Amino acid sequence: MVGITAIGAHIPMYRLNLDEIGKMWQTRTMKGEKAVAGYDEDAITMAVAATFDCMNGSGKDINALYFATTSAPYKEKQSAATIAGATDLGRECHTADFTNSLRAGSIALKAAVAEVKCGTVKQAIVTAADCRKGAPQGRFEQLFGDGAAAVMVGSNNVIATVDDSYSIFSDFTDLWRLDDEAFVQSADGRFVDLVGYIPIMKEAISGMMKKCSLTANDFAKVVFYAHDGREHADLAKKMGFSPAQVQEPLFAQIGNTGTAAALMMLVAALEGAAPNDKILFVGYGDGADAFVLRATEAISRVRNTEGMKDRLARKMPIDYGKYLHWHNLIRVEPPTLPERSEPSLITRWRDRKAVAALYGVKCKNCGTAQFPPIGQKIRICVHCQAKDQFEDYKFSDKKGKLFSFALDQLQPTKNPPGVNGVVDFDEGGRLICELTDCDPSKVSVGMPVEMTFRKMGKGKSINYFWKGKPMAL
Amino acid sequence: MESIRDKVAIVGMGCTKFGERWDMGVGDLLVEAAYEAFKDAGIEPKDVQAAWLGTVFSGISGITLAPLGLQYIPITRVENMCATGSEALRAASYAVAAGVVDVALAIGVEKLKDTGVTGVKGPGLVGDNPDGTAGIAPGYSAPASFAYLASRYFSEYKMKPEDGRKLLAEIAVKNHYNGSLNPKAHFSNLITVEQAMKAPIVAYPLALFDCCGVSDGAAAAIVTRADMAKNFRPDPIYIKALSLAVGARQGAMVQDYDFVHLEENVRASRNAYADAGIKDPRKEISMAEVHDCFTVHEMIVYEDLGFAKRGRAKEDIEAGTFTLKGDLPVNTDGGLKCFGHPLGASGLRMMYEVYHQLRGKAGPRQVKNPRLGLTHNLGGNAGTGIATVFIVGNEKS
Repeated sequence: MVGITAIGAHIPMYRLNLDEIGKMWQTRTMKGEKAVAGYDEDAITMAVAATFDCMNGSGKDINALYFATTSAPYKEKQSAATIAGATDLGRECHTADFTNSLRAGSIALKAAVAEVKCGTVKQAIVTAADCRKGAPQGRFEQLFGDGAAAVMVGSNNVIATVDDSYSIFSDFTDLWRLDDEAFVQSADGRFVDLVGYIPIMKEAISGMMKKCSLTANDFAKVVFYAHDGREHADLAKKMGFSPAQVQEPLFAQIGNTGTAAALMMLVAALEGAAPNDKILFVGYGDGADAFVLRATEAISRVRNTEGMKDRLARKMPIDYGKYLHWHNLIRVEPPTLPERSEPSLITRWRDRKAVAALYGVKCKNCGTAQFPPIGQKIRICVHCQAKDQFEDYKFSDKKGKLFSFALDQLQPTKNPPGVNGVVDFDEGGRLICELTDCDPSKVSVGMPVEMTFRKMGKGKSINYFWKGKPMAL
Repeated sequence: MESIRDKVAIVGMGCTKFGERWDMGVGDLLVEAAYEAFKDAGIEPKDVQAAWLGTVFSGISGITLAPLGLQYIPITRVENMCATGSEALRAASYAVAAGVVDVALAIGVEKLKDTGVTGVKGPGLVGDNPDGTAGIAPGYSAPASFAYLASRYFSEYKMKPEDGRKLLAEIAVKNHYNGSLNPKAHFSNLITVEQAMKAPIVAYPLALFDCCGVSDGAAAAIVTRADMAKNFRPDPIYIKALSLAVGARQGAMVQDYDFVHLEENVRASRNAYADAGIKDPRKEISMAEVHDCFTVHEMIVYEDLGFAKRGRAKEDIEAGTFTLKGDLPVNTDGGLKCFGHPLGASGLRMMYEVYHQLRGKAGPRQVKNPRLGLTHNLGGNAGTGIATVFIVGNEKS
């Protein structure tokens, strides 16, 4: 019995109210708000957060990590490898990027299910994340939001079996982004709906139901992608799904999160599912992938993870200027501080365990956990001075408390002031690090902190590292 | 192991005006400081037998001292972050104490204003390690690395942040007052507590007046053997202790490092007091120049050096203990806050003030009947610190 064994998601905490966009351009806007990736987030870091949420512990026995996106930070260089490194998966984990299609998430899911079914992979993580850009003043600026989802596929402790699937492809040009362009473009809206989306989805869903001898009424939940809320409602109506069956697409709360959107909806649907619920799941883009899932008795376990409601509730408003600045949509005066030199790729490689998964060391002689400054490989214990008596010790999954902090107005950051903290880990060890996803006015000594993988900066290459994140906003 | 006590004397010193010396290069500043010191000691450049030059950013190697035109003598550049000036004096003094050099020059210089940017370049952003690791871990500013001390101090001693910030403001007000009496200081303006409290935040809880000046400047000392000192001048000052303690990044790595004291300061002062035979520094030290790169560090230094009781600096600050008229005047020349902080020069600038105070030549800033003076110079920050504590006296014991 192959299916989904765990679920996770990540919604960046920043929200841009669509009224902000309306105020800027003096135009009519849709209602609601969109989730905006923090200045230090991108598709990779969001996927890392969703994967952690899904893994809920050790990455042992995860043999594949498939990452779906249309907004990979690198055009050449795999994102999945970075995600697998940050989540500390085993060296033999098979990593792959599924990209260039909004359907990449369901394509990756289909591949993972097939691999687990044929036994080449025991457990696979499928994660999808997107940070798509809509041109300022355009419709997509209002529509697109940022987010990530992750599901684990396996054959033990399955919470929802994947009973069958049905796919079609279609070389239909509705939305696209050329290789040298920043913004997504689209064909005429009615053309996209009437000639593309609606008939393609109808064909895939009908094909799926026919293949399994099911009808619209057999599903407790239907989860499917659409470009926007109107199109989503339109298809539900045309297919004869009742509002109670249709999973809320979250567009008004977080926007359309691209390749992550359908999987995020699936995560929300599974969080609300009861045993034996049949779920129809459909990904769209250059065709469609339909799946029939069935919740098992084990579905009650998913309540243990952070629910979509909580993820939606942890939010902080930002204004339009910040949104433009964070996502490089505006040129600003460079800081007058001295420039920092480009991170050394050699040092990054040498300290790869520390950079990727925040590995420090623990002294076998005195038991002191310690995280040396990056690049300063430590051989002598800072506490007892024993030489070469260390074992690896991972800090990325440890929680800590803020021992002290500084709000730095001089630090070059797109979200001033720079918030920095001395973090003392509950199980020992200390790290002086940047803090993120917090309200500077609420930062205080003693506040609980966890670690999060973030983009520190972009020069010739992207510099990822870890930051502290207050557990309560 | 012998103590350096009374083996070496300072017989001449020089110090440029600190500040924005737009029209002066490194060479100009070096000449200005060195020739004041030569004249003060009554020597010619040719009398200098060896020199130690301290600078962090403004030159590499002994060649940096080329503007003085010294003729083929040993010259070494030394560097120990913000304690670099003290390091130059320490090296010159040890050479004299070893008996291999009779007259040595210690000189420090920094030309920070030529960078054209705010603050201090390079390692000014903490996290930029010198071995090519720049930029992977975050780089926060030097003020932020000291703001940790303030946040922790306020929390540890249960002070409301505004009360704590007011205490720090008192220190800035004192140092500005002292600086206003000093024509060589970078800043000569008086400030009020209210002004300091309302100033823009630089790295919370620290605001503008909690931070020292970023300045250009140079300072120099001529050192010789104690038994030869009176050949140069009737009133030399004698070195009693030259102590240096360097951390091993404990602050950033171990939880028992508390961020309300700097162990480097404690160790350096303890060793210095032992060498100088000082039992009660609060009573025996006549005046001190300490490393007030940020006001909070001056407050912590009061406690680390035994001038105030642990956690109770507040009482002494409020009693005015460290003002010019107090029991133990600190930073009588305005300190780093007001005199300015050209990194390589600062340690020698501190000694320049002590040298004048102990000889009764400090003008309107003169403290009463001083006998022993102290300089405390810090490079780095908590647990990643380089602390020096030097003690000098106007009499041989």
